Amino acid sequence: MKFPDPHEIPTIPGTEGWERMYPYHYQFTTDNPERMAYEKSMFWFNDALHYPEPMYPFDIIWDEAWFLALSQNNTRVFIVPPALGVDHRIVNGNIYITPVPVADPSTIPARVELFMKRAGYYYQNWDRLHDQWEKKMREVIEKVAAIEISDLPEMEEESVVLEGLGISSGYKLLKKYDDLIDLGILAWQYHFEFLNLGYAAYVVFLDFCQKAFPDIPIQRVTQMVSGVDVIMYQPDEELKKLAKLALELGLADAILGGGKIDQLWPKLQATEAGIKWAAAFDKAKDPWFYISTGTGWYHHDSCWLDDLNVPLDSIRIYIGTLKKGGTIERPLAQVREARDKITTEYRKLLKTDEDRATFDQLLGTSKTVFPYVENHLFYVEHWFHSIFWKQMRKISGIMVNHGFIKDVEDVWYLSRGEIKDALWDLVTGWATGTKARGPLYWPKEIAWRKGVMDKFRQATPPPALGTAPEVISEPFTIVLWGVTSESMTNWAKAKEVGDLSTLTELKGFPGSPGQVEGPARVCRSVTEINQLQEGEILVAPTTSPSWAPAFQKIKACVTDVGGVMCHAAIVCREYGVPAIVGTGLGTQAIKTGDYVKVDGSTGVITIIRR
Amino acid sequence: MGQEVSSPYILRFEECDLSSLPLVGGKNASLGELLRAGIPVPPGYAITTKAYDAFLNQQGLKKPIFDRLRGLDLQDIAGVEEASQFVRSLIESAPIPEEITTVIGDAYNHLWRELQLPLMPVAVRSSATAEDLPGASFAGQQETYLFVRTQEEILDKVRLCWSSLFTPRAITYRVKMGFDHEKVLISVGIQKMINSFTAGVMFTLNPASGDVSVIVIDANWGVGESVVSGAVTPDQFVVDKINLEILKRTISRKDVYFTTNAERNKLVEMEVEEERKEVQSVIDKDIKELARFGKLIEAHYGKQMDIEWAVDKDLPAGGNVRILQARPETVWSQKKVEPVVQPKATAMEHIVAGLMQGKKF
Repeated sequence: MKFPDPHEIPTIPGTEGWERMYPYHYQFTTDNPERMAYEKSMFWFNDALHYPEPMYPFDIIWDEAWFLALSQNNTRVFIVPPALGVDHRIVNGNIYITPVPVADPSTIPARVELFMKRAGYYYQNWDRLHDQWEKKMREVIEKVAAIEISDLPEMEEESVVLEGLGISSGYKLLKKYDDLIDLGILAWQYHFEFLNLGYAAYVVFLDFCQKAFPDIPIQRVTQMVSGVDVIMYQPDEELKKLAKLALELGLADAILGGGKIDQLWPKLQATEAGIKWAAAFDKAKDPWFYISTGTGWYHHDSCWLDDLNVPLDSIRIYIGTLKKGGTIERPLAQVREARDKITTEYRKLLKTDEDRATFDQLLGTSKTVFPYVENHLFYVEHWFHSIFWKQMRKISGIMVNHGFIKDVEDVWYLSRGEIKDALWDLVTGWATGTKARGPLYWPKEIAWRKGVMDKFRQATPPPALGTAPEVISEPFTIVLWGVTSESMTNWAKAKEVGDLSTLTELKGFPGSPGQVEGPARVCRSVTEINQLQEGEILVAPTTSPSWAPAFQKIKACVTDVGGVMCHAAIVCREYGVPAIVGTGLGTQAIKTGDYVKVDGSTGVITIIRR
Repeated sequence: MGQEVSSPYILRFEECDLSSLPLVGGKNASLGELLRAGIPVPPGYAITTKAYDAFLNQQGLKKPIFDRLRGLDLQDIAGVEEASQFVRSLIESAPIPEEITTVIGDAYNHLWRELQLPLMPVAVRSSATAEDLPGASFAGQQETYLFVRTQEEILDKVRLCWSSLFTPRAITYRVKMGFDHEKVLISVGIQKMINSFTAGVMFTLNPASGDVSVIVIDANWGVGESVVSGAVTPDQFVVDKINLEILKRTISRKDVYFTTNAERNKLVEMEVEEERKEVQSVIDKDIKELARFGKLIEAHYGKQMDIEWAVDKDLPAGGNVRILQARPETVWSQKKVEPVVQPKATAMEHIVAGLMQGKKF
């Protein structure tokens, strides 16, 4: 399969110079023949799974963080025998990535030996190392929360002198910004500590299942290895507990009709029961409300704590269900039973004892590693990121105070390096008593960058660039992105349709089986889920645990991004609701009110009536 | 509704099983077994070997028949032929005792009344007790009469089935094998003819890949012959055997279908109406039902099976899928079974081998 030449992607008119918004090494370049030849020979696919919209100059921090963390573990830490890291580029605001294979086969035997020893150690000591991981991760979170960011004083406190500190608030601000960024990178180092091995074990089990059963849906394999009591469900469990408590305390109606959180709170404080419930609500906040309403990857993914009406509305949905005599418990026993049933049946269908032994070995390892694959998201993308974004906004607030930027939300148009430079400009100006250059420079630049980003948003990036490979051996590329010639073709096909309102069929990954028809409701963010009516089909960019109450009401779910292991797919399988994930443009092609058919087994969405 | 018939001469398929094989023959016994396993076959009755035996006895036919067959020279083909003619015309011209004709008539009446289908056509088939012996299946005991409609006609065909026990081939075979003519008995089945709306075949594996975790169903309008003969590209459904989910559906353009001309008792090819050509020829609910039956049949026989099925438009919708025939799958089942991947001592070694191999793009 042939994709556009990475060096011949035209610049969008009016965006000339966009390259300076991103790290210089992310560019496809033609000035060196060797680098150019390498870039042409590789297969670069657009990481639309993580980035459904163009990259903000600051938000690329997480891309850089995982560029390093994923790659180092394949190449330098665990020595995955045939696969090196995943290389990154950016074109017109879109990230393109490519798995890099080991070029010299003669080095592989030595890599095998190292991998056996190193990965083997992790697999064998998984639980202990995982406990240790959790401790490390909690420390990082404590540290990032503890950073106290405040604006520069007119004059330093006397204590600086009396205690002989020898440093200023200017220095401290620079240091705190460095600490913040450093902790972010560190969190992502930990993010990948287990992930490569988790995916490696899973991908090999998946491959075995697909060899034994060529028609097996990937979702079945995922179902066999999925944990039941994973931490990602806990925030939702907390909301359910609060809903039940509200009924127990006779507060159901008071909470349902109590208005926004600011209006509700004083009312609650008036009664003993109300005080009790409010206290339980406050207690659940840390850490369970550090839940992003998006994937956590973008600065604009706010978390429950940023707007407590989000969890409150969800609690109200649960209270409503309980009042009608419905149940809100996850059917844990059924989920477990269903998982055990399919595992037993597939195992029984294997034809030889040798295969049953292999199945047991690989399933065992996959089940050990899989809870991590599911749980790390809570620690990093939700808990850590939510605090991180909050802290970054404090930095941004200081820059606003000093006229460097007009609005707190403008800071995302600067890269993390540029922010550091700007802070230097700011603190040296403060220290010297002169005017910084920033206020003359950044607002203009940011206005231009906003224009560039708008143009990026209107363009449709090609799904892939360069030369398709014959074989992919990088585990993430296979499992997480689901990159196959088939998925590439599907993406390409959908993108070819210029006028999306004429599209009648859309394809995605089958996330959860079943076939239903019904009216669609497009919810672009979790704040819109209270509009959902019973029996509608939810169409969303992606979902996260904060969307959980929506799954009580819906008949099916369609998302723009995500693979079979994404949140929407996992939750839908639990509720027995069909899901199609990773459609690319579901929220653009489908409008609220369209009558659609969703086939969660084949991954096809048909728009029957508009 | 008529009274359920109770007589030693007749058994409803539901009452047949392997233990009743000496009484109802292999074919009827296996229909009973399928029903007991929860697999719906078209409804009907077995006329037991006791009816055949009583017929021979009461008409005093045993002595003339078995005397005539004694000491036959198999080399004398004309002689065997002549003996066969003699025996068969004896059977075919003797009246069936009233106690048997009444029972058969009652059974037929009961069947059509139950389904509210006057003049309902049935198939009349022989069901030999020796059929299951290895190599016995070609022994000429495979009489089938389709679209039989009245009591008289049924009785006629029953007698023809009985007499089919004495075709020259059957006689020769028994002599060669050393079977006693007197000990071989025959049963007859009377079964509702399927009025096929949609039909096709079903494999309890994927015939293309050999994957035993799926069931593959091919379907077209009308009777199944258009699918079996390859006259059309049928609709195809791949169903997950574990959870009965439809994983893949391929709706083809179906230009023709076959239907049965009942008067002439012949298959005729018909053009599919334009608006039905690209319509899915079997509804999802029936696909899942079929797959469920496929799973049961496979469990029943303990091997992958090749199954013929139909949706009967005479029967109430929602419960009108019927299994016509099931036989062992022969292509993949005969391949040598080898492990999917080479066994290894540890999961770690599998992981390395798996990673080394990668995934084809």
